[in-house]
Amino acid sequence: MADNVNDWLNDHGDYLYRFALSRLRDPHLAEDAVQETMLAAIKSNGFKGDSSARTWLTGILKHKMIDLQRKQFREQPISDLIDLDATDTSMDDFFDQSGHWLDKLQTFNMPDNTLEQKQFLGILDTCLNKLPKKLKAIFMLRDVHETDNEIICKALDITATNAWVMLYRARMGLRKCLELNWVGT
Amino acid sequence: MMLTCKQASQLISQSLDCPLTWSERVQLRFHLFICTACRHFKQQLNQLLIAIQQLKNETVLDQTIRLPIEAKTRILHTIESDK
Repeated sequence: MADNVNDWLNDHGDYLYRFALSRLRDPHLAEDAVQETMLAAIKSNGFKGDSSARTWLTGILKHKMIDLQRKQFREQPISDLIDLDATDTSMDDFFDQSGHWLDKLQTFNMPDNTLEQKQFLGILDTCLNKLPKKLKAIFMLRDVHETDNEIICKALDITATNAWVMLYRARMGLRKCLELNWVGT
Repeated sequence: MMLTCKQASQLISQSLDCPLTWSERVQLRFHLFICTACRHFKQQLNQLLIAIQQLKNETVLDQTIRLPIEAKTRILHTIESDK
């Protein structure tokens, strides 16, 4: 069994790790996801030849990543989030008393060459990891893994309204972080 | 009832996750017609989602990123001891 795993890791380990990192944005979580994938792969009935081993392993990995993200969400105490009522005051950084934007919003100057693109994506990555962990987890599930909203609510055991409020906060935080750190050309 | 920018921005975000009701859509459309800032907000969210896709692709294609040797050793070790 360990021989199998050794082969899988040699042939597909780097790819699986890159795939996990691309969607988890955290090296430790990505390593965990690859490990969980290997454990699940040897416990399953094994690989059936109708798809490539890489496709099969990637399929397992996708499920494991969602499990890990779900766990991340659950492990964060709700108290590190402000009251989840959309009418609360946590949006005061963005709006004045009468509900108008405090900033003059512009669209982002999207990068137009490879070097800029790299800088821009680097900033986005940093901004993602600056989000409160709970918000990062739900944002990742929805906008990065592109999980269906209903599935998210069921998996996280929250109401749709709570999910919308959290996603709204995560997106607001991200765009603000990009606005502060990305100037562009 | 006129939407405030705070309410409009919530609806813009929410519309990415579920269909809005008819009256929400009408109110939002009217607000966006008169409010440049919220139109920019809507565009920023679209740009954010495009950038997320690019970030994912960039990492998957980056051949310099490899599973660290220590991680590989640890995984093999875990599997040995899991038997």
